[in-house]
Amino acid sequence: MLLAMSIGVAAVVLLTGIGNGARGYIVNEFSSLGTNLIIVIPGRAETASGTLSTLAGRTPRDLTLDDAKALTRNSRVTRVAPLNIGEMSAARGRRERQVPVLGSTASFLKIHHLQMSRGTFLPEGDATLARPVCVIGNKISRELFADQSPLGEQIRLAGYRCRVIGVLEGQGRSLGMDTDELVVVPVAFAQMLLNTESLFRILVEVQHSEAIDKVKTFIGDTIRQRHYGEKDVTIITQDSVLATFDTIFQVMTVTVAGIASISLAVAGILIMNVMLMSVSQRTAEIGLCKALGAARGQIMLLIVSEALLLSAFGGCLGLALGLAGARIASWLYPALDATPPFWAIGAALGTALLTGLIFSLMPARRAAGLDPILALSRR
Amino acid sequence: MQHAMIQLQDICRTFVVGDQEVRAMDHVSLTVRQGEYLSIMGPSGSGKSTLLNIMGLLDTPDSGTYLLEGKDVTRLQDKELASIRNRKIGFIFQFFHLIPRLTARQNIELPLLLAGVGKSERQKRSSSLLERFGLATRSHHRPEELSGGQRQRVAIARAVVTRPAVLLADEPTGNLDRESGNEIVELMEELNRDGLTLVVVTHDQNIGTRARRTIEVVDGRISLDKVVP
Ligand SMILES: Nc1ncnc2c1ncn2[C@@H]1O[C@H](COP(=O)(O)OP(=O)(O)OP(=O)(O)O)[C@@H](O)[C@H]1O
Ligand SMILES: [Mg+2]
Repeated sequence: MLLAMSIGVAAVVLLTGIGNGARGYIVNEFSSLGTNLIIVIPGRAETASGTLSTLAGRTPRDLTLDDAKALTRNSRVTRVAPLNIGEMSAARGRRERQVPVLGSTASFLKIHHLQMSRGTFLPEGDATLARPVCVIGNKISRELFADQSPLGEQIRLAGYRCRVIGVLEGQGRSLGMDTDELVVVPVAFAQMLLNTESLFRILVEVQHSEAIDKVKTFIGDTIRQRHYGEKDVTIITQDSVLATFDTIFQVMTVTVAGIASISLAVAGILIMNVMLMSVSQRTAEIGLCKALGAARGQIMLLIVSEALLLSAFGGCLGLALGLAGARIASWLYPALDATPPFWAIGAALGTALLTGLIFSLMPARRAAGLDPILALSRR
Repeated sequence: MQHAMIQLQDICRTFVVGDQEVRAMDHVSLTVRQGEYLSIMGPSGSGKSTLLNIMGLLDTPDSGTYLLEGKDVTRLQDKELASIRNRKIGFIFQFFHLIPRLTARQNIELPLLLAGVGKSERQKRSSSLLERFGLATRSHHRPEELSGGQRQRVAIARAVVTRPAVLLADEPTGNLDRESGNEIVELMEELNRDGLTLVVVTHDQNIGTRARRTIEVVDGRISLDKVVP
């Protein structure tokens, strides 16, 4: 009984904790980018229209540098950063390692709120120029150059020579990238290194978050125009990611609620049995108390409070379990702050108590309804 | 002449067991005056306990009226009944019915606890009763550590701790040897001399005849009502 009760409470506490943590993680990731950011990804998210267009023999067009350039033509858009990402080897002399290489433009520094530790970031100017320069992360600098200054030195990226012009300040992770271990190059150079014409995605920074919706339509229209009437991109904002997450979380919540309510129902029925047994064991005592002047209400109160005590105990046990579980989750995934919200703790405990109350009413009523004469005549 | 404590008028009580009706009380009328000492006798199954239970408000009659101290208590809510049982009526049973988990003192204080009497007052009253009933050294003993006579004395103390007007005893000596039985009867008679109305159901001729007034119940009717002058 205690077990079932604790499982119910623990499930609620743990899963709301993780859900809360995950949501916080997403919000956090985005806040490092700013809430007024729009991400444009090639291809449509809706599977239905996707399959339709593939059936029609039209594969979605890739995003290009020209697309990115076109997106700057709106007064509400402050910055646009095209993006390409790939893994390749970075070498200096005999030192070599695999690094994530990110191709972008000067705008990326501001959009991503990056800081330079030394040197300069990518130069402003024509994005189609494949200048062989790069900005490297702190850790890469240390690994390739040890204590030496890397500024002005050459490294080889996938065999191509390129000059280091700056070192990034380490800022931890953001959008799945560790700036300590990043190599940033001009986007055209990255396209050459990766041997592609297309872009991985385009980041669009908007004046302020109220303008987001307007810019979204602008982006959609622009892309449709440029892609022969086909809006073959997905436009992501923090809100849309959160919305997607919330749908997932809702499904999860329903599942948790299911598990919790089943185990609470089991707990409730077990409580009822325990209380019924305790009532029948103490038939004589209860009858006696009635004979001595205990009213029905008093007897019911006695039984119900006993059950409440039991369920409070089970609930606290479950709470401890759930909190411990959330701790472990936070420990396993440090990025996730899996602290269950207070309302969830309250609600879980409250439901546990409510279960105890509801399921003890029947035994309590039976106890209160005992005929003192019959109860006492039994030996 | 003392005023009437218990007035039963035309009381009927029928039990239905299966498809059989048992008329345990058949148009019984009885008046017990304040301070009276009444014993109820009669063959087994004649309805003595039923009569006592009705007097003690543990059972309600099918018909007839019951006036307790002049007040009609025939049709009262559970809460009022419980309160009257607690304040006005003391019960003693053949099998003591003490709560095994509680000490003698706790058992005695139970009715006060149910009535919501404060701790110091409870202790004061239970202490004086323990003293008076010769149980002072037994206050922390549990019922199983007490002899039958001692248990019944605890039960009497519990019955009178709320200072009731009536003491109802259903075969209080039925489970005791002659000697402790006598002790119990003397204790009850002493309480009666102090003004407590006493009604005792008994099979024991010796005890029955000690009462000033004896009634005999046969087949749910009062067949004899005898007052010793
Ligand atoms: N709760 C009950 N349900 C059914 N029948 C009952 C009930 N209580 C008493 N009776 C019946 O009513 C009749 C009177 O019972 P009661 O207990 O009053 O007798 P009694 O005089 O006290 O007997 P005894 O001397 O054996 O204690 C009996 O026939 C008994 O079987
Ligand atoms: Mg009887």
